Amino acid sequence: MDAVILQVLNGLDKGSAYALIALGLTLIFGTLGVVNFAHGALFMIGAFCAVTLQRILTFSYSVIDETQKDFLGNPLKVETPYVVSWFGEATGNSIIDWSVPLAILFSIPVMIAVGFTMERGLIKHFYKRPHADQILVTFGLAIVLQEIVKAYYGANPIPTPAPDALTGSFDFGVLIGFGENAIIYPIWRLVYFFFALAIIFMVFAFLRFTTFGMVVRAGMADRETVGLLGINIDRRFTIMFAVAACVAGVAGVMYTPINSPNYHMGMDFLVLSFVVVVVGGMGSLPGAVLAGFLLGVLEAFASMNEIKAIVPGIDQIIIYLVAIAILLTRPRGLMGRRGVMEE
Amino acid sequence: MIGLNRKDALLFITVTVLVILAPFILNPFPEGTAMAQMFNAGYPDLMQRFVIFGILVIGFNILFGLTGYLSFGHAAFLGIGSYSAVWMFKLLSYNVVPAIILAIVVSGIASLIIGYIALRRTGIYFSILTLALAQMCFNLAYSVLGNPQKGINLTNGETGLQVYTSDPQYLMGENAPELPHLFGLVMRDSLELEIGSWAFTLNAGYYLCGVIMLATFYLSIRIFRSPFGLMLRAVKSNQQRLSYTGLNTRPYTLCAFVVSGMYAGLAGGLLSSMDPLAGAERMHWTASGEIVIMAILGGAGTLIGPILGSGFIEYFKNILSKINDNLLHQWLSFLPDGLEDALVWVLHFFVGKGWHLTLGILFMLVVIFLPGGLVELGKRTGGLFDRFRNAAEGSGKERNQSPRKAAE
Amino acid sequence: MSHTKLTRRGVLKTSAGFGAALATPTVFTGASWASESGYMNAPGDSSCTLGFNVPQTGPYADEGADELRAYELAVEHLNGGGDGGMLSTFSSQTLDGTGILGRKVEYVTGDTQTKGDAARASAKSMIEKDGAIMITGGSSSSVAVAVQGLCQEAGVIFMAGLTHSNDTTGKDRKANGFRHFFNAYMSGAALAPVLANAYGSGRKAYHLTADYNWGWTQEESIKASTEAVGWETVSAVRTPLAATDFSSYIAPVLNSGADVLVLNHYGGNMVNSLTNAVQFGLRDKEVNGKNFEIVVPLYSRLMARGAGENVKGILGSTNWHWSLSDDGSKTFVRSFGTKYGFPPSQAAHTVYCQTLLYADAVNRAGTFNPCGVVEALEGFEFDGLGNGPTLYRADDHQCFKDVLVVRGKENPTSEFDVLEVVEVTPVEQVIYPPDHPMFAGGDLGTCNPGV
Repeated sequence: MDAVILQVLNGLDKGSAYALIALGLTLIFGTLGVVNFAHGALFMIGAFCAVTLQRILTFSYSVIDETQKDFLGNPLKVETPYVVSWFGEATGNSIIDWSVPLAILFSIPVMIAVGFTMERGLIKHFYKRPHADQILVTFGLAIVLQEIVKAYYGANPIPTPAPDALTGSFDFGVLIGFGENAIIYPIWRLVYFFFALAIIFMVFAFLRFTTFGMVVRAGMADRETVGLLGINIDRRFTIMFAVAACVAGVAGVMYTPINSPNYHMGMDFLVLSFVVVVVGGMGSLPGAVLAGFLLGVLEAFASMNEIKAIVPGIDQIIIYLVAIAILLTRPRGLMGRRGVMEE
Repeated sequence: MIGLNRKDALLFITVTVLVILAPFILNPFPEGTAMAQMFNAGYPDLMQRFVIFGILVIGFNILFGLTGYLSFGHAAFLGIGSYSAVWMFKLLSYNVVPAIILAIVVSGIASLIIGYIALRRTGIYFSILTLALAQMCFNLAYSVLGNPQKGINLTNGETGLQVYTSDPQYLMGENAPELPHLFGLVMRDSLELEIGSWAFTLNAGYYLCGVIMLATFYLSIRIFRSPFGLMLRAVKSNQQRLSYTGLNTRPYTLCAFVVSGMYAGLAGGLLSSMDPLAGAERMHWTASGEIVIMAILGGAGTLIGPILGSGFIEYFKNILSKINDNLLHQWLSFLPDGLEDALVWVLHFFVGKGWHLTLGILFMLVVIFLPGGLVELGKRTGGLFDRFRNAAEGSGKERNQSPRKAAE
Repeated sequence: MSHTKLTRRGVLKTSAGFGAALATPTVFTGASWASESGYMNAPGDSSCTLGFNVPQTGPYADEGADELRAYELAVEHLNGGGDGGMLSTFSSQTLDGTGILGRKVEYVTGDTQTKGDAARASAKSMIEKDGAIMITGGSSSSVAVAVQGLCQEAGVIFMAGLTHSNDTTGKDRKANGFRHFFNAYMSGAALAPVLANAYGSGRKAYHLTADYNWGWTQEESIKASTEAVGWETVSAVRTPLAATDFSSYIAPVLNSGADVLVLNHYGGNMVNSLTNAVQFGLRDKEVNGKNFEIVVPLYSRLMARGAGENVKGILGSTNWHWSLSDDGSKTFVRSFGTKYGFPPSQAAHTVYCQTLLYADAVNRAGTFNPCGVVEALEGFEFDGLGNGPTLYRADDHQCFKDVLVVRGKENPTSEFDVLEVVEVTPVEQVIYPPDHPMFAGGDLGTCNPGV
């Protein structure tokens, strides 16, 4: 039982990353009708916002320490971050320590700028082109973006730890009546889960309860009519693209303490998140979220030893297997609308 | 002529001539120069890849170009074909004929199964189904089906399936070559010609693949021009209307899917015949993506597009990744020192470890500016010439010819 | 067309023109590219070409870049440039800075992409187009096995780069291939006594293993050697190579009764699984009245940096480390560090040694002929390359040398100072017979000069 609860937690946690990326993808597809293969790259850029902020905060001056030697036997250069010398040891170090949460603030303007540039500079010209062309050009863009990141940051993963206060794990089992050490869960992963829920809730609330959101929803349903009403729907769609980029970006920022970011992390998520979107049903926001959590949980269960003992290798194919089963039984995914992307 | 109309026959003859003369055309620079080291492509491995990937994309184009069904899992058939061929080497002998035949048969069966499942859906749902099925094949081949310690070892996992001296090879003759061969003609053997300071390699394997590619190209022209091809095009333009006329389109699309799967299997079999090792990464989704890119880059739905697209990608992949700073310095040594270093520093990001970046930029440029792929580039330059000529002749009758009307 | 002659790479005599050659296909059969010298790609009188085939793209690109740096350094030293590096400390003194056999060393580079297929394509272009006489490099075992097989067929020498699977010199050993790097068996043999010492015997181990050949051989090796010192293996779970989040594999560990977690992962997998394990607080727990411990049998310092603080105090093994204080290592670190500004990785070290070993073997053999080189390397004993006295065993072309047991350093002084050497396990403890079950089924075959 405790093992099952643990895997549910794991699944929800994996699922929140899938759901966030799929949500952004669906926002873009639903509004602009564009299949964005560069969405994984946006997630990666978000993660590298955290790395960049960490680099900025630890920007240092060096003092030569004659007592210590470096690997060549020369005197060692001791690096002291400017932040530490300006704010003092304690404050400075805790600013550096909290660089990942701070990076959310840093990433939002960056992602808005990236999203805006992308939409105006490239995607705009592809509204009327076939989906295959959209896939190809955004895939090319994804490669270019990740190669630029690689050229600057290298190919190896870069450690970006969570703040000390939020590292370590939390004994969840004791709370719900299990023994000690039965269900232990990392604090940061819980933070990530609740963060994802908050973002999802915010996106839905924004679309549901604001006038802007109402117009966007109307535009998603019938773009031409809304345009005929004299509303500049294109501008709103551009903004929605930037919002989607932000969702992917902050998802990336918060993901960095879970796994050290590297330049190809976006590609690792790309295919899975597409499967999630399609299983959820193209163009359906609740579908994307639901499918994200569903596939996350199923993937976690499939990696349990008990299940792997029965079907070896099931953890490697479960997501695809489920996707096939769902698409064969429900032609348009879980909550897809008729006629979307079927031509 | 040969069952083709004049235009197609001309195209076919052009391709034939290009295939025969490729070893010469691809080695334009004299041996031993920096230009040769960078840009010459006339060595067996790359030439083989040109034609083999040509076959693969020609087959893909029969499905995608004609019916519009975008398969994102075609690399699976390439992999299945490769594995089948190596198994023939392991079990029978190094003769490539049974290997190629089995590759086609097995990939045909696999594509029948996958096609039967995936073609129940259309549009992106079809794409995702093929992607999912192919990724399952990849994951299983990479681990579960390839563990030498666990009984079933169909694929030899990550190491790749290869022939060991301990394999049975029941039909192996006494003096048969220990490398893939066609009735004694070893695929790796070449004839080298040195003319002046130029060197040309005429490779047996390349010409075998070339002949097969011409056959498949011929077949593809015939399919494009047949009533069956017309039916597939009808599926692309409006499947719903077609089914309202009481026609069941599924057998047609399934047939196209199986044919293109067999093309991919043939390509896989040839890959193994040229180099008897089959790795699972051939089936990864990025490999499938590459096939799609080749087809669209060349010009989907056109006859010659697939060959151009696959040649373009394979060329840049192989050439760009081998350029290093040292070569750049040699190449640019005629420039003044400061300028040379600066230029090398800039180019350094686009070659060697940065070849992905260059390829990504090239994709984007082609897709943005040439919606019809490389074929459109040819059309446009052709159109430009026509316009010049027409202007010179003072007649503008062909001015209205739209460059977007793709060649078929 | 009239001026046809025998080529550099050699061939069949063809005074006949091109048309005649095509018309008589029999002319194709028989040897290819084997020159009158009797072997493949025989170099000219002034220079010879080596092929450096390393991952330049993909997750191991940084490791590949470090290998490439070491290769360039080695070529510089062989051609008499720089400070000469380990040429002066190498016990065999045939290398004098005049290249190899008096020929200037030139090189070509390629990208393996860490894929067997791509690596073979790249190696083939080096052999077919550039006339490379030796191929070297790589950062994974599948690539090493794939390229080694190719070199055997084509008839050139392969000097493996970073490859740790038992198979490279076991099941998949080839006469034309040589490995300087250590292997999974040696890791296990060196680690087990240290582990028993540090954590006590009677521990219960839980293995997480990357689900591919290298992972399997490492799991097998570590299991065998830890069980020999009295440990018990509770469970061994396979994880997909493509996995990035290991939480669902790590979550059940604590309740399995195990008190040690062994991570048979490398590179990005290792960084992620270790980070995840530390997140789950495994190292703060007590199980069976003992502190829970994590072991990473194969360390890569370059990659370990990605795990940050999490590597502190974790035991593992490595082929070489820059903090060693013998003459060879010190010289190498000095010349590499002076040129590039940071210390070399174990990948850089092994490929530098391989290049020198090849050059020296050619010099001693007096020929570039692969069969001569094989003969010169087989059973070759040397010293001064940073690992102490070393033997290139003739039976399987594996180097036998001391193995380093290392631990993540608690108080690093710089970003390179990630590991500290705990023990240098002497070679006697890690040697095994060539027909050891973990290496069985292989057959070197005979050397192939490509004729």
